[in-house]
Amino acid sequence: MLNFLFQRPLLMAGMPARLFSLSSVDLLIIILYFCFVLGIGFYLKKFTRTGEDFFLAGREMTAWIAGLSFLSANLGSLELMGWAGASYQYGILAAHWYWIGAIPAMLFLGIVMMPFYYISKTHSVPGYLKLRFGEPARALSAVSFGFMTVLMSGINMYAMALVMKVVLGWNIYFSIWVSSLTVAIYVALGGLLSAILNEVLQFILIWAGSLLIPVIGLIEAGGWHNMVQRISHNLGGADYTHMWRTMGSFTDNPMGIHWTGIVFGLGWVISFGYWTTDFLVVQRVLSAKDMRSAQLAPIIGSAFKMMVPFIVILPGLLGLALLPMKLLPEAQAIATGGHSYNEVLPIMLARYCGPGLLGLGITALIAGFMSGMAGNVSAFATVWTYDIYRPFLKKVKSDQHFVTVGRWCTILGVLASIGTAYLVMHFASIMDYVQALFSFFIAPLFGTVLLGMLWKRATPAGGFWGLLAGTLSSISMWAWVWIDPTALKYIALSTHARDMAENMYRALWSWIVCVIVTVVVSLITRPKEDKELEGLVYGLTKLPSSSHLPLYKRPMFWAAVVAGVFVVLQIIFW
Amino acid sequence: MSDRAQRISIWFFIGILLFIYGILICGTGIYELFVPPEHPVVLAQLRPAIWWGGLLLLLGAFYCYHFAPGRSK
Repeated sequence: MLNFLFQRPLLMAGMPARLFSLSSVDLLIIILYFCFVLGIGFYLKKFTRTGEDFFLAGREMTAWIAGLSFLSANLGSLELMGWAGASYQYGILAAHWYWIGAIPAMLFLGIVMMPFYYISKTHSVPGYLKLRFGEPARALSAVSFGFMTVLMSGINMYAMALVMKVVLGWNIYFSIWVSSLTVAIYVALGGLLSAILNEVLQFILIWAGSLLIPVIGLIEAGGWHNMVQRISHNLGGADYTHMWRTMGSFTDNPMGIHWTGIVFGLGWVISFGYWTTDFLVVQRVLSAKDMRSAQLAPIIGSAFKMMVPFIVILPGLLGLALLPMKLLPEAQAIATGGHSYNEVLPIMLARYCGPGLLGLGITALIAGFMSGMAGNVSAFATVWTYDIYRPFLKKVKSDQHFVTVGRWCTILGVLASIGTAYLVMHFASIMDYVQALFSFFIAPLFGTVLLGMLWKRATPAGGFWGLLAGTLSSISMWAWVWIDPTALKYIALSTHARDMAENMYRALWSWIVCVIVTVVVSLITRPKEDKELEGLVYGLTKLPSSSHLPLYKRPMFWAAVVAGVFVVLQIIFW
Repeated sequence: MSDRAQRISIWFFIGILLFIYGILICGTGIYELFVPPEHPVVLAQLRPAIWWGGLLLLLGAFYCYHFAPGRSK
């Protein structure tokens, strides 16, 4: 029988070691899930024989499969638990990361950038940089991506193990090893094909297991307007439910950020950098069966991305409105034995879900963690094999050899991530740490790729030095503020800025440094011949036309529909 | 026929899993009608396990039928 803390006054006083126990039906649901993902991995092994099969899923995915996988790979632990916690901490402002922080960039990827990735037939984003700027730019990008991916994977594992510890009382190390080895097995067996198809399964389970929380929560709160009133009452009138109207000043909103940081830092640099150049997500789209599917996949993903706040942000807001106790920052929660912001999603799950549904909800969380991990691991295996191992270590080997390397690399990547997870345990805030990582590597990479695709005058030297300068400037700015906190007023334009605001501005500055250095170096160095840039650069690439298709089959039409809904959402929640 | 053409659709696997989950969750909800839990969850009177489990069961059955290996193209 379940043992719900919400029925007990204990919740307000001494915190027990876990939120609840699972019944046998819950355990059965979780075990079935593990059996299915492993079974799918074993089943798909016989379909992954070549490098194209293992690293690009045979380039045969439909737009729907690629699109759902594209989004699911992003729905890791940070999305589900981290952003639910962020919405408890910052209110509806956290939804900016789903809307302006995702939708324009995803549409841009589908309409503008995907043709260049797809026509160039590259295996990876560093692979595109090699074609466009040469080997040094690829090496720098591949090494920084590998480093970031292992760190991200470690964060995912840590977050998942934390949930298992908090929710079920499971040993944190046991959770890390069981889940990560499961991912290692099914990705090593079936490669990207197995990762993608399991991500589609995980996407469905995430929704099936999470959707009940906001539905029942809104019923309990008495609807959206009553929830808003409760939050306002509980927080002494503070505005946690409007997205833009508190953005005029750093001090008017709980995030301590100005609208310029959200629009230019998040909406432009971080968002476009992540969604258009992070190989973890781009790899899923590269697996599409044709150009139209590759363009539609991010658009389909963006339509679902707009809905994710319903299962992630809304539970955090409902927690603010309905929970009888106050959740705490991570460090404070550890010190006092209380519950942290990051636990709001499992706490809401425990509030509404009885036997069976609880198992499904926990399965949704595990599925999210595993899809994120699988995304990192499969992308890491591809970049290591194609962009580091093959060009620098073993240039001439059989295709089968590289498949074997990819399989071993998957296992080694998981082991490296496990090591990282142990290190990540010492960091207080999961999400702020990840945003800092993004600004180190992703923002400058976006500058390099964007100029590479849209400006034919950009030279190999310009691409390499711009990327290096952008990355080093970002790390230097972070180190500057870490050594001297008063430097925040220069980096983030205000001493009131918080971690997330600092990350936004640091990303913006590093992108600007990257662009300026790329342009200046390009103008004083020799560009490539036009014929070398065909299929890589706007103006020198024959782009496919969709004018012969009926309107409802055109990627541009659906991108316009998604963009329209995006604008309406901004107005509704202004 | 090639290996790829013979591959079972992922939607069929999803259908099987949802169908089994639907049976388990809906069945648990019905059981709780007769044997109420000692510590019910908030709004347990809405019986979410029954209708949510039922929805999963129907969705799973549809996917199993529509994407069954013999029917899929």
